[in-house]
Amino acid sequence: MTGIGKSFLGVRVLQGVDLEAAAGEVHAVVGENGAGKSTLMKILAGVHIPDEGTIEVDGRSVEFGHPVEAQLAGVAIIYQEFNLLPERTVAENVYLGREPVRRGLVDRAAMEKATGELLRSLGEKSFGPRDLVRRLSVAQQQVVEIAKALSLNARIVVMDEPTAALADHEVELLYTLVRRLAGRGIAVLYISHRLREIFELADQITVLKDGARVTTAPASSLDAGALVRLMVGRELDSYFPPRAAGPPGEALLSVRGGGNDRLHGIDLDLRAGEIVGLAGLQGSGRTELAKALFGAEPFTTGDMKPRRPRSPRDAIAVGIGLVTEDRKAEGLLLNQQVRDNAVLVARATGRPRSGTDRLLERVRLNPPRPRQEVRLLSGGNQQKVVLAKWMTVAPRVMLFDEPTRGVDVGAKAAIHDLMRELARDGTAILMISSELPELIGMSDRIVVLRDGRIAGELPAGPTEEAVMRLAAAS
Amino acid sequence: MTEQIKVRRVPAGGSILQRLSGDRPARPVYLALALLILLGWLLVALDGGQFVSLENIVGIQQRSAALGIVAVGQTVVILAGSLDLSVAYLISLNSLVAAEIMAGGDGAVLPGVTTVLVVSALVGLVNGLIITRLRVHAFIATLGVALIIRGLLDQRYDGPAGSVPASFLHIGYDRIGPVPVSALLWAAVAVSAWFLLSRTRLGYRIYAVGGDAEVARLSGVRTGRVVVAAHVICSVCAGIAGLLLVSRLAAGAPTVGTDGGYDLESIAAVVLGGTALAGGRGGVAGTVGGVLLLAVLDSVFNQLEVDSFAKDVVRGVVLVAALAIYARRRRTA
Repeated sequence: MTGIGKSFLGVRVLQGVDLEAAAGEVHAVVGENGAGKSTLMKILAGVHIPDEGTIEVDGRSVEFGHPVEAQLAGVAIIYQEFNLLPERTVAENVYLGREPVRRGLVDRAAMEKATGELLRSLGEKSFGPRDLVRRLSVAQQQVVEIAKALSLNARIVVMDEPTAALADHEVELLYTLVRRLAGRGIAVLYISHRLREIFELADQITVLKDGARVTTAPASSLDAGALVRLMVGRELDSYFPPRAAGPPGEALLSVRGGGNDRLHGIDLDLRAGEIVGLAGLQGSGRTELAKALFGAEPFTTGDMKPRRPRSPRDAIAVGIGLVTEDRKAEGLLLNQQVRDNAVLVARATGRPRSGTDRLLERVRLNPPRPRQEVRLLSGGNQQKVVLAKWMTVAPRVMLFDEPTRGVDVGAKAAIHDLMRELARDGTAILMISSELPELIGMSDRIVVLRDGRIAGELPAGPTEEAVMRLAAAS
Repeated sequence: MTEQIKVRRVPAGGSILQRLSGDRPARPVYLALALLILLGWLLVALDGGQFVSLENIVGIQQRSAALGIVAVGQTVVILAGSLDLSVAYLISLNSLVAAEIMAGGDGAVLPGVTTVLVVSALVGLVNGLIITRLRVHAFIATLGVALIIRGLLDQRYDGPAGSVPASFLHIGYDRIGPVPVSALLWAAVAVSAWFLLSRTRLGYRIYAVGGDAEVARLSGVRTGRVVVAAHVICSVCAGIAGLLLVSRLAAGAPTVGTDGGYDLESIAAVVLGGTALAGGRGGVAGTVGGVLLLAVLDSVFNQLEVDSFAKDVVRGVVLVAALAIYARRRRTA
């Protein structure tokens, strides 16, 4: 890609960007949210048409007017939100739009056989071509997406934040897959916010900032500090705000023997001023615990103080707030303005909603445009709106489920600061994160879940190994 | 959702029904149908009647054939994520078109049938284009087309018109053993639709567009064409149903479609059969079960001489209960 430029509604998003990926190379594309990574990748995938610049694939100049044209030219993109049909089988998804036909009819057998071979070549044995996608885990669905890309004979595979929804042990499997793709001579363009996996996987790194390329360099020539400096233009001397100075206050929420179909015998106290980290593998019940505390999927047994909420509305009345893991589906009304989203909880519960604009400033919404539609914001800004939504009612207990998923480095730091600020003001906080360094850096205490039970508790600043041992012990 | 979903292998074989339809949601409706037949048989027997009689079995088939054909078409559009409220008026229109042309005698049967199918396909095309090109929601688009057809009918007809030759009545009245020709026609339509949905590219794409239009689009499916094709198929089914009704009435009637309530009742039969109203999940097998369920219910009521208001109340309760059960199954599945 050479000299790519693109504007939306007169706002320049990309300017003169060059990008070159060689066959068999893992090429990381990094940058803060709003740096133009997604737009660049969507241009490559034929979703957006560039205003200027040229694209060449295998030395041939191409122009994509539609995603399908990019696919035919050998460019496949795997989005953060998967493009799969949950009610159809794996094979039907892999060959969607390109079903093989024999004598005018769809050749099911051929389709399933080819899909099975693709899955085997990816080392996937946990599911087959006839399974419904609805029944697969996120990691398995990702494999389906990759199989689909391979079935298109893709030469270039773009992966947008592929680990965002994966647990740690699944991330390892993904690394293997990515290396396998590169080993086949495919150029993998890898977008991620997680420095660790960039250095784990990437051969080359391209840094974007404010719609322009800062540099492209071999991964071996950079370290984490240098990369962050290139991305944000300043060095982040410490990733996390300082922990609580004194001992925590009184318990604002306690559970004794809490249980439902997914959770068993949960004992937990959340105290004023304290950030409790909740660790665990995928499926260990972290999100379920947050939802139980919030009354969305309530406990059916056990005691909870001040009281066991029967519904989210009830939980809010008690003073509990939940920042959900999926902000687009569960946290925001995407078609409505920032302001309307920010006052949602206050409005629904009939609390006063004064000072919304001041709150939006406090969460550092950037730029602070309360009338903008939320869907047009970057991930980081969307998450800040979710925070503002809760801060209008000032809950005494805040539950954060993956608060920095898909958020750029700058916004991540802002969210961390805000969480710590809330704790300092006496809020009790529970934080779920699949990123162990973040969890360890933020938490005053870490509770580890395993198979819906509390496997143990660790004081501030444990090693990653200590957490993993508890989370994965058999 | 982060929870790891256990992968359940779909058995390679499965029941015949499942293999036939490829749609698992169809199972409960047949279970309900079996229970209802048992219950009906019991109740009618207690009342001193005979539920399993030739007359009754033929009656059920005949009553359900027209609705069944419309509902098969409705299944196709609903699977594609659309729906069609114009079928009832289209049926009335078709009955008149057929009867007016066929009044010419035996030689006019073929032109009559052809014209009806062409008119239907055109109406489906218009429905589909309004939805995809003008981007009007299917509910409003097909309601609008329904009103337009009604206006045309009201202006030109105030009662039955036209006639059909005696040869054409065979379709409505003949039967082979216990199976009426009309039921065979319904079966043929259902099997064709099943074949289309489960064996052709168009069928796969109908499921894809109904499941998630954006996913389909990004996979290179021309979603607009698929929706238009689904509407043409649905309207042609309504045309066939119109022909069947003409052959029973021996004349065209401007109210035959609306009197039968084919618009809402066909949608009810589709969702009773487990097809998701939002599209992308379900199939013809379920719809056939849904239609039969409604027909058997009707027949039980008739034999017990329940008054028609109570009938509607029970049907409403059955419909709501069925959807509540499906919603529950989805959540726990």
